[in-house]
Amino acid sequence: MHELSIAQSMIDVACEAAAREGADQVIKLRARIGVLSGVAKAALQFSFDLAAEGTACEGAVLEIEDVPVTVMCPRCHGAQELPLSYTFCCPVCGTPTPEILTGQELEVVCMEIAGNDDTTGT
Amino acid sequence: MTTPRVLEVRAKILKKNDELARAMRAEFARAGVFVANLVSSPGSGKTELLTSTLSRLIRSYDVAAVVGDLATDNDARRLATSGAEARQIITQSICHLEADMVRDSLQGWDLSALDFLFIENVGNLVCPSSWDLGEDLRVLLFPVTEGEDKPLKYPTLINTADVVVISKMDLAVAVGFDMDLARRNIQQVRPGIEVFETSAKTGQGIDAWIEYLRQHLQRKRDRAGSIGPQTVGEPTIMS
Repeated sequence: MHELSIAQSMIDVACEAAAREGADQVIKLRARIGVLSGVAKAALQFSFDLAAEGTACEGAVLEIEDVPVTVMCPRCHGAQELPLSYTFCCPVCGTPTPEILTGQELEVVCMEIAGNDDTTGT
Repeated sequence: MTTPRVLEVRAKILKKNDELARAMRAEFARAGVFVANLVSSPGSGKTELLTSTLSRLIRSYDVAAVVGDLATDNDARRLATSGAEARQIITQSICHLEADMVRDSLQGWDLSALDFLFIENVGNLVCPSSWDLGEDLRVLLFPVTEGEDKPLKYPTLINTADVVVISKMDLAVAVGFDMDLARRNIQQVRPGIEVFETSAKTGQGIDAWIEYLRQHLQRKRDRAGSIGPQTVGEPTIMS
Protein backbone atom coordinates (compact mmCIF):
# COMPACT_ATOMS: atom_id res chain seq x y z
CA MET A 1 0.00 0.00 0.00
CA HIS A 2 1.84 3.11 -1.07
CA GLU A 3 -0.06 5.50 1.19
CA LEU A 4 2.18 4.18 3.99
CA SER A 5 5.25 5.32 2.03
CA ILE A 6 3.61 8.72 1.50
CA ALA A 7 2.67 8.95 5.21
CA GLN A 8 6.24 8.17 6.22
CA SER A 9 7.53 10.90 3.93
CA MET A 10 4.97 13.31 5.38
CA ILE A 11 6.10 12.49 8.90
CA ASP A 12 9.75 12.99 7.91
CA VAL A 13 8.95 16.45 6.52
CA ALA A 14 6.93 17.37 9.63
CA CYS A 15 9.48 16.08 12.15
CA GLU A 16 12.31 17.84 10.34
CA ALA A 17 10.42 21.15 10.33
CA ALA A 18 9.49 20.74 14.01
CA ALA A 19 13.06 19.92 15.03
CA ARG A 20 14.33 23.02 13.20
CA GLU A 21 12.00 25.07 15.44
CA GLY A 22 13.14 23.31 18.58
CA ALA A 23 9.79 21.57 18.99
CA ASP A 24 9.52 17.92 20.00
CA GLN A 25 5.81 17.42 19.49
CA VAL A 26 3.50 17.86 16.53
CA ILE A 27 -0.08 18.39 17.69
CA LYS A 28 -1.78 18.97 14.37
CA LEU A 29 -0.76 18.68 10.72
CA ARG A 30 -2.62 20.18 7.77
CA ALA A 31 -2.03 18.67 4.34
CA ARG A 32 -3.35 19.52 0.86
CA ILE A 33 -4.05 16.45 -1.21
CA GLY A 34 -5.11 16.90 -4.81
CA VAL A 35 -7.71 14.50 -6.18
CA LEU A 36 -5.26 13.72 -9.01
CA SER A 37 -2.32 13.17 -6.68
CA GLY A 38 -2.73 9.41 -6.63
CA VAL A 39 -3.29 9.33 -2.88
CA ALA A 40 -6.47 8.09 -1.22
CA LYS A 41 -7.48 10.24 1.76
CA ALA A 42 -8.77 7.45 4.01
CA ALA A 43 -5.75 5.24 3.35
CA LEU A 44 -3.44 8.15 4.06
CA GLN A 45 -5.22 8.89 7.36
CA PHE A 46 -4.89 5.29 8.45
CA SER A 47 -1.26 5.07 7.36
CA PHE A 48 -0.40 8.33 9.09
CA ASP A 49 -1.59 7.09 12.49
CA LEU A 50 0.43 3.91 12.01
CA ALA A 51 3.61 5.55 10.78
CA ALA A 52 3.50 8.32 13.42
CA GLU A 53 4.02 5.93 16.32
CA GLY A 54 7.33 6.56 18.02
CA THR A 55 7.87 9.88 16.25
CA ALA A 56 7.20 13.50 17.18
CA CYS A 57 3.96 13.15 15.21
CA GLU A 58 2.56 10.42 17.45
CA GLY A 59 -0.98 11.31 18.41
CA ALA A 60 -1.07 14.27 16.01
CA VAL A 61 -4.34 15.14 14.31
CA LEU A 62 -4.09 15.04 10.52
CA GLU A 63 -6.36 17.47 8.67
CA ILE A 64 -6.62 16.87 4.95
CA GLU A 65 -7.79 19.54 2.56
CA ASP A 66 -9.00 18.03 -0.74
CA VAL A 67 -7.90 20.05 -3.74
CA PRO A 68 -10.12 19.72 -6.83
CA VAL A 69 -8.78 19.61 -10.37
CA THR A 70 -8.84 23.00 -12.05
CA VAL A 71 -7.65 23.58 -15.59
CA MET A 72 -6.91 26.63 -17.69
CA CYS A 73 -9.31 27.04 -20.57
CA PRO A 74 -7.50 28.69 -23.49
CA ARG A 75 -10.78 29.93 -24.94
CA CYS A 76 -12.50 31.17 -21.77
CA HIS A 77 -9.17 32.55 -20.51
CA GLY A 78 -9.90 31.36 -17.02
CA ALA A 79 -9.65 28.52 -14.53
CA GLN A 80 -12.42 25.93 -14.58
CA GLU A 81 -13.02 23.20 -12.05
CA LEU A 82 -13.41 19.73 -13.53
CA PRO A 83 -16.01 17.26 -12.34
CA LEU A 84 -14.75 13.86 -11.23
CA SER A 85 -15.26 12.16 -14.59
CA TYR A 86 -11.89 13.61 -15.67
CA THR A 87 -12.83 14.69 -19.11
CA PHE A 88 -10.16 17.25 -19.73
CA CYS A 89 -12.21 19.78 -21.55
CA CYS A 90 -13.76 23.02 -20.38
CA PRO A 91 -17.15 22.39 -18.71
CA VAL A 92 -18.32 25.72 -20.14
CA CYS A 93 -17.19 25.71 -23.78
CA GLY A 94 -15.87 22.17 -24.39
CA THR A 95 -12.36 23.19 -25.52
CA PRO A 96 -9.66 20.60 -24.62
CA THR A 97 -7.74 21.74 -21.53
CA PRO A 98 -4.38 20.07 -21.08
CA GLU A 99 -3.06 22.70 -18.66
CA ILE A 100 -3.67 21.58 -15.08
CA LEU A 101 -3.63 24.35 -12.48
CA THR A 102 -4.54 22.46 -9.32
CA GLY A 103 -5.33 18.91 -8.31
CA GLN A 104 -1.94 17.23 -8.20
CA GLU A 105 -0.83 18.62 -4.82
CA LEU A 106 0.76 16.47 -2.16
CA GLU A 107 1.92 18.95 0.44
CA VAL A 108 2.18 19.78 4.13
CA VAL A 109 0.78 23.26 4.60
CA CYS A 110 1.21 23.99 8.28
CA MET A 111 1.57 22.35 11.65
CA GLU A 112 0.75 23.05 15.25
CA ILE A 113 3.82 22.26 17.32
CA ALA A 114 4.83 22.31 20.97
CA GLY A 115 8.42 22.80 21.99
CA ASN A 116 10.49 21.62 24.93
CA ASP A 117 12.09 25.02 25.11
CA ASP A 118 8.77 26.91 25.52
CA THR A 119 8.37 28.80 28.76
CA THR A 120 5.95 27.14 31.15
CA GLY A 121 3.18 28.98 33.01
CA THR A 122 2.17 28.19 36.70
CA MET B 1 2.97 23.12 30.13
CA THR B 2 4.15 23.99 26.66
CA THR B 3 2.39 26.55 24.49
CA PRO B 4 1.43 25.24 21.08
CA ARG B 5 2.22 27.44 18.11
CA VAL B 6 1.45 27.27 14.41
CA LEU B 7 4.27 26.77 11.95
CA GLU B 8 3.86 27.36 8.24
CA VAL B 9 5.58 24.59 6.33
CA ARG B 10 4.43 24.65 2.69
CA ALA B 11 6.58 21.68 1.75
CA LYS B 12 5.90 18.89 -0.69
CA ILE B 13 5.36 15.60 1.07
CA LEU B 14 7.68 13.85 -1.35
CA LYS B 15 10.25 16.64 -0.94
CA LYS B 16 13.10 14.21 -0.32
CA ASN B 17 12.34 12.21 -3.46
CA ASP B 18 11.71 15.35 -5.52
CA GLU B 19 14.98 16.95 -4.43
CA LEU B 20 16.93 13.81 -5.27
CA ALA B 21 15.14 13.50 -8.61
CA ARG B 22 16.02 17.11 -9.37
CA ALA B 23 19.68 16.44 -8.57
CA MET B 24 19.64 13.32 -10.73
CA ARG B 25 18.00 15.23 -13.58
CA ALA B 26 20.80 17.81 -13.38
CA GLU B 27 23.42 15.08 -13.39
CA PHE B 28 21.80 13.34 -16.36
CA ALA B 29 21.82 16.69 -18.17
CA ARG B 30 25.50 17.26 -17.41
CA ALA B 31 26.27 13.74 -18.64
CA GLY B 32 24.23 14.31 -21.81
CA VAL B 33 22.22 11.10 -21.35
CA PHE B 34 18.54 10.93 -22.30
CA VAL B 35 16.48 9.15 -19.66
CA ALA B 36 13.09 7.52 -20.21
CA ASN B 37 10.85 5.95 -17.52
CA LEU B 38 8.44 3.28 -18.80
CA VAL B 39 5.25 2.74 -16.80
CA SER B 40 2.27 0.48 -17.35
CA SER B 41 0.26 -2.32 -15.79
CA PRO B 42 2.05 -5.66 -15.33
CA GLY B 43 2.22 -7.65 -18.57
CA SER B 44 1.73 -4.71 -20.93
CA GLY B 45 4.86 -5.44 -22.94
CA LYS B 46 7.31 -2.99 -21.38
CA THR B 47 10.18 -5.47 -21.34
CA GLU B 48 9.49 -6.65 -24.88
CA LEU B 49 9.26 -3.10 -26.23
CA LEU B 50 12.34 -2.07 -24.30
CA THR B 51 14.35 -5.08 -25.51
CA SER B 52 13.36 -4.20 -29.08
CA THR B 53 14.24 -0.55 -28.49
CA LEU B 54 17.63 -1.37 -27.00
CA SER B 55 18.42 -3.80 -29.83
CA ARG B 56 17.76 -1.10 -32.41
CA LEU B 57 19.44 1.80 -30.61
CA ILE B 58 22.60 -0.14 -29.72
CA ARG B 59 23.56 -0.19 -33.40
CA SER B 60 24.34 3.53 -33.23
CA TYR B 61 24.19 4.57 -29.60
CA ASP B 62 25.45 3.65 -26.14
CA VAL B 63 22.45 2.41 -24.19
CA ALA B 64 21.69 0.86 -20.80
CA ALA B 65 18.64 -0.01 -18.74
CA VAL B 66 17.54 -0.60 -15.18
CA VAL B 67 14.34 -2.48 -14.39
CA GLY B 68 12.31 -2.77 -11.20
CA ASP B 69 10.41 -5.88 -10.08
CA LEU B 70 9.30 -7.22 -6.72
CA ALA B 71 11.14 -10.46 -7.40
CA THR B 72 13.35 -12.23 -9.96
CA ASP B 73 15.93 -10.80 -12.33
CA ASN B 74 14.12 -12.22 -15.35
CA ASP B 75 13.51 -8.84 -16.93
CA ALA B 76 17.14 -7.69 -16.65
CA ARG B 77 18.20 -10.93 -18.32
CA ARG B 78 15.71 -10.40 -21.14
CA LEU B 79 16.82 -6.80 -21.64
CA ALA B 80 20.46 -7.89 -21.72
CA THR B 81 19.77 -10.11 -24.75
CA SER B 82 19.80 -6.85 -26.71
CA GLY B 83 23.51 -6.52 -25.97
CA ALA B 84 22.94 -3.56 -23.67
CA GLU B 85 23.93 -3.49 -20.03
CA ALA B 86 20.87 -4.07 -17.88
CA ARG B 87 20.55 -4.07 -14.11
CA GLN B 88 17.71 -5.40 -11.97
CA ILE B 89 16.27 -3.48 -9.02
CA ILE B 90 14.52 -5.91 -6.67
CA THR B 91 12.00 -3.94 -4.63
CA GLN B 92 10.75 -6.92 -2.56
CA SER B 93 7.48 -5.37 -1.44
CA ILE B 94 7.56 -1.84 -2.84
CA CYS B 95 5.17 -1.45 -5.73
CA HIS B 96 6.96 1.37 -7.55
CA LEU B 97 10.45 2.75 -8.12
CA GLU B 98 11.66 5.77 -6.19
CA ALA B 99 14.54 8.10 -7.06
CA ASP B 100 16.93 6.68 -4.48
CA MET B 101 16.46 3.15 -5.80
CA VAL B 102 17.33 4.29 -9.32
CA ARG B 103 20.29 6.32 -8.10
CA ASP B 104 21.67 3.34 -6.19
CA SER B 105 21.28 1.10 -9.22
CA LEU B 106 23.46 3.40 -11.33
CA GLN B 107 26.52 3.16 -9.08
CA GLY B 108 29.63 2.40 -11.07
CA TRP B 109 28.18 3.37 -14.45
CA ASP B 110 29.78 6.24 -16.35
CA LEU B 111 26.67 8.22 -17.34
CA SER B 112 28.65 10.49 -19.66
CA ALA B 113 29.45 7.43 -21.77
CA LEU B 114 25.73 6.79 -22.31
CA ASP B 115 23.37 8.24 -24.89
CA PHE B 116 20.19 6.60 -23.55
CA LEU B 117 19.24 5.26 -20.13
CA PHE B 118 15.91 3.45 -19.84
CA ILE B 119 14.13 2.83 -16.57
CA GLU B 120 11.48 0.12 -16.63
CA ASN B 121 9.22 0.76 -13.66
CA VAL B 122 7.40 -1.85 -11.63
CA GLY B 123 4.19 -2.88 -13.42
CA ASN B 124 1.59 -0.72 -11.71
CA LEU B 125 -0.82 1.90 -13.07
CA VAL B 126 -1.30 3.64 -9.73
CA CYS B 127 1.73 4.21 -7.52
CA PRO B 128 4.48 5.21 -9.99
CA SER B 129 2.54 8.46 -10.63
CA SER B 130 3.86 10.17 -7.55
CA TRP B 131 7.55 9.39 -7.86
CA ASP B 132 9.76 11.53 -10.05
CA LEU B 133 12.82 9.52 -11.09
CA GLY B 134 14.68 12.39 -12.75
CA GLU B 135 13.60 11.22 -16.20
CA ASP B 136 13.33 13.32 -19.38
CA LEU B 137 10.41 11.33 -20.70
CA ARG B 138 7.69 9.29 -19.02
CA VAL B 139 6.31 6.67 -21.40
CA LEU B 140 2.95 5.09 -20.58
CA LEU B 141 2.08 1.79 -22.26
CA PHE B 142 -1.44 0.53 -22.85
CA PRO B 143 -1.64 -2.84 -24.58
CA VAL B 144 -4.55 -3.55 -26.94
CA THR B 145 -5.45 -6.51 -24.75
CA GLU B 146 -6.64 -4.28 -21.91
CA GLY B 147 -9.43 -2.44 -23.64
CA GLU B 148 -10.04 1.03 -24.98
CA ASP B 149 -11.20 2.63 -21.73
CA LYS B 150 -8.08 1.91 -19.67
CA PRO B 151 -6.78 5.47 -20.11
CA LEU B 152 -10.02 6.86 -18.64
CA LYS B 153 -9.61 4.68 -15.57
CA TYR B 154 -6.16 5.98 -14.69
CA PRO B 155 -6.29 9.77 -15.03
CA THR B 156 -3.61 10.31 -12.41
CA LEU B 157 -0.84 8.40 -14.16
CA ILE B 158 -1.65 9.59 -17.66
CA ASN B 159 -1.47 13.18 -16.42
CA THR B 160 2.14 12.65 -15.41
CA ALA B 161 3.05 10.98 -18.73
CA ASP B 162 4.64 12.61 -21.76
CA VAL B 163 3.79 10.04 -24.42
CA VAL B 164 1.54 6.99 -24.79
CA VAL B 165 2.46 3.77 -26.59
CA ILE B 166 -0.33 1.39 -27.54
CA SER B 167 1.50 -1.94 -27.49
CA LYS B 168 0.88 -5.50 -28.69
CA MET B 169 -0.64 -4.24 -31.96
CA ASP B 170 -0.21 -7.74 -33.43
CA LEU B 171 -3.15 -8.78 -31.22
CA ALA B 172 -5.40 -5.82 -32.07
CA VAL B 173 -7.54 -7.70 -34.59
CA ALA B 174 -7.82 -10.80 -32.40
CA VAL B 175 -9.22 -8.80 -29.47
CA GLY B 176 -11.35 -6.53 -31.62
CA PHE B 177 -9.55 -3.42 -30.45
CA ASP B 178 -11.20 -0.14 -31.47
CA MET B 179 -8.24 2.17 -32.11
CA ASP B 180 -10.33 5.27 -32.84
CA LEU B 181 -12.14 4.89 -29.52
CA ALA B 182 -8.88 4.30 -27.66
CA ARG B 183 -7.30 7.41 -29.18
CA ARG B 184 -10.39 9.49 -28.39
CA ASN B 185 -10.30 8.30 -24.79
CA ILE B 186 -6.63 9.12 -24.47
CA GLN B 187 -7.20 12.64 -25.80
CA GLN B 188 -10.19 13.06 -23.50
CA VAL B 189 -8.13 12.53 -20.39
CA ARG B 190 -4.81 13.99 -21.62
CA PRO B 191 -5.47 16.41 -24.52
CA GLY B 192 -2.61 16.79 -26.96
CA ILE B 193 -0.49 13.82 -25.84
CA GLU B 194 1.34 12.02 -28.65
CA VAL B 195 0.41 8.37 -29.22
CA PHE B 196 2.42 5.59 -30.88
CA GLU B 197 1.21 2.15 -31.94
CA THR B 198 3.76 -0.65 -31.71
CA SER B 199 4.24 -4.35 -31.92
CA ALA B 200 7.59 -5.53 -30.61
CA LYS B 201 6.77 -8.89 -32.14
CA THR B 202 6.22 -7.81 -35.74
CA GLY B 203 8.20 -4.57 -35.63
CA GLN B 204 5.16 -2.45 -36.44
CA GLY B 205 5.67 1.16 -35.38
CA ILE B 206 9.16 0.55 -34.03
CA ASP B 207 10.88 2.72 -36.66
CA ALA B 208 8.73 5.72 -35.75
CA TRP B 209 9.28 5.05 -32.05
CA ILE B 210 13.07 4.90 -32.45
CA GLU B 211 13.03 8.09 -34.53
CA TYR B 212 11.01 9.84 -31.80
CA LEU B 213 13.60 8.85 -29.19
CA ARG B 214 16.49 9.94 -31.44
CA GLN B 215 14.89 13.34 -31.95
CA HIS B 216 14.42 13.76 -28.22
CA LEU B 217 18.07 12.96 -27.54
CA GLN B 218 19.12 15.45 -30.21
CA ARG B 219 16.80 18.13 -28.83
CA LYS B 220 18.15 17.60 -25.32
CA ARG B 221 21.73 17.98 -26.51
CA ASP B 222 20.88 21.04 -28.61
CA ARG B 223 19.26 22.67 -25.60
CA ALA B 224 22.12 21.80 -23.21
CA GLY B 225 23.64 24.87 -21.66
CA SER B 226 21.25 27.27 -23.39
CA ILE B 227 18.29 27.31 -21.00
CA GLY B 228 19.65 25.88 -17.76
CA PRO B 229 18.37 22.93 -15.75
CA GLN B 230 14.85 21.57 -16.33
CA THR B 231 12.28 22.04 -13.57
CA VAL B 232 10.66 19.08 -11.87
CA GLY B 233 7.20 18.12 -13.06
CA GLU B 234 7.23 20.34 -16.13
CA PRO B 235 4.62 18.98 -18.56
CA THR B 236 5.72 18.29 -22.12
CA ILE B 237 2.60 18.12 -24.23
CA MET B 238 3.44 17.35 -27.86
CA SER B 239 1.77 19.78 -30.21
